[in-house]
Amino acid sequence: MVDIKKKANELLAANAVQVVIGFEEGTSGKSRAIFAQDAAGVDKLIFNSQCVLNLAVYLTKHEIKKLGKPAIIAPLPVMRAIIQLASEFQIKESEMAVLGVSPEGKLVEFQTFAAIESYLKDFKIAMDEKEKEILAKISNMSLSERFDFWMQELGECFKCYACRAACPMCYCHKCAVEQNKPQWIPVAANNLGNLEWHAMRAMHLAGRCVNCDACHNACPKGIPLNFLTKLMMVDAKEIFGQDGPSLKDGHLLSTFKPNDKENFIR
Amino acid sequence: MTIEKYLVKSASLSALFDKIKASGKVVQAPVKKAHTVDFMPVNAFNEITDDYIVTTQSAKSVAFPRVEKLFKYTKAKKEVTIADYAINTIPEVVMWGVRPCDAAGVSPLNAIFTWDVDDVIFTTKLKRTTFIGFSCQKSDACCFCTSVGGNPGATAGSDILMTKLSSGNYLAEIITEKGKAIQVLAPEFFEETPSEEKEKNLAQVPIQFNYLEIKEKVDAYFESDIWKAQAQRCISCGTCAFVCPTCACFDIQDENHGKVGQRIRNWDSCCFSQFTIHTSGHNPRESQDRRWRQRINHKFSIMPDRINAYGCIGCGRCSRACPVDMNIMEHLIGISQLAKK
Repeated sequence: MVDIKKKANELLAANAVQVVIGFEEGTSGKSRAIFAQDAAGVDKLIFNSQCVLNLAVYLTKHEIKKLGKPAIIAPLPVMRAIIQLASEFQIKESEMAVLGVSPEGKLVEFQTFAAIESYLKDFKIAMDEKEKEILAKISNMSLSERFDFWMQELGECFKCYACRAACPMCYCHKCAVEQNKPQWIPVAANNLGNLEWHAMRAMHLAGRCVNCDACHNACPKGIPLNFLTKLMMVDAKEIFGQDGPSLKDGHLLSTFKPNDKENFIR
Repeated sequence: MTIEKYLVKSASLSALFDKIKASGKVVQAPVKKAHTVDFMPVNAFNEITDDYIVTTQSAKSVAFPRVEKLFKYTKAKKEVTIADYAINTIPEVVMWGVRPCDAAGVSPLNAIFTWDVDDVIFTTKLKRTTFIGFSCQKSDACCFCTSVGGNPGATAGSDILMTKLSSGNYLAEIITEKGKAIQVLAPEFFEETPSEEKEKNLAQVPIQFNYLEIKEKVDAYFESDIWKAQAQRCISCGTCAFVCPTCACFDIQDENHGKVGQRIRNWDSCCFSQFTIHTSGHNPRESQDRRWRQRINHKFSIMPDRINAYGCIGCGRCSRACPVDMNIMEHLIGISQLAKK
């Protein structure tokens, strides 16, 4: 943390950036985002296992862009989100500094997004044992069992859209759920409305999700909606060979390749 | 009516629940789920948990659910037939285990739904609901009821308020006629008035700020950088509004299926970026600081001015549920500390 703070102060002092997006101590033992603009702000920076919010979500917010050029404290999920956002032309490397944090908590400096992509080759997204267990449990359900499982879980949803708000990849100014001419997704937080909302969101994240779990961590009802996108991620890898974010191939659902498999189309 | 006080033995609680159920009323009570504790219709006393500071969601959904089907319609050529909400099907409900802060939220919510026209669905549901409150023995760092005029044993809004005494038995305060009607169902469980004082059995919630001062400050600091500073980390979701006992904003939608459809009322939130967008495309609250200012303004200035009620009862649900730690008490303390103008 000493290195990160030192670097953050250097960047601010040289006016190379105007704001450092990082974590500070929150209330009730929580951590939260801080937008440090001076040494006093930098002094508040922390980094620990409680820092689960994906800070990359702030890179595309117009309120935060107004603060000036940012430096962002970037553990692995943030690095992955940066690569995905860059591949979708949402951010540019000339417009930010990335203060990488290695899994050991050490500062990793990057001059280019390509350097981040290269660094991530050693840290491929991998499901841990608990995730594998839940994925297997869901995958082994019969179709009707799986439908019932999701209808029950999604039945809790009251459509606060915290999952969308916390997701770095949900940066649309007008989400498909807000399209009403025609209306694609029922607005009501009832069975149909919830199912369509979550199915649509998962599909929109196919091949784009960076497995940061920010959606699930944000959910006030604790819905395991991150497993919808995890399942999509498994499929994206198996069917299309998409193995995590890539600067070149970041658009699974909008990219056509002659050798794409078609055997899943019935 | 004058409040009547009785002793309800710990062992009688379950039998009292059974009597209420046997009377045909629907009972909603706090139920522990994997990640939350929420009001759910219950059939048996052992489904109820008492291990909660407050429920994740407020009790408001008994009268203002997340989706309300207002009416159905059928179109046939130029004729439209409307099937109104069947008010007479609204059941008698007992909300068991409501905290005093939640009960205090009923009055501001009712003031909103009766402000200009009487929202018959809401008011009928409320009329047919009996609130059996349980005062708080525990609080946490998000609680601040005492800063907004409440307290962990306040009776306002409850029809009966139960307070657990050191013996494990309960002081039952019968506050309203609706509460009396519950006692009449099972008078044998309401015994002589206990001698033990109520106050020493309540949680201690320190006063953090003066809410009257908040109104003065939000009015004086309408144009101020404080809103930007406070709202920076807010990500514009609707969690705070949806767990709030007094947030009443809604969105009316018609769900059409060919010639039949229904008009439905859904929860909405002033924190959503599209909430105030005009047909022209102009959005008077286009940035999050303006939406955050509106949220605080509405609760502490607009509501007191228009309906003589504050829109915050200090339950702290929004702070607990917020995915980015927008702690309302911390922000209200910050506002209260602004210099007098």
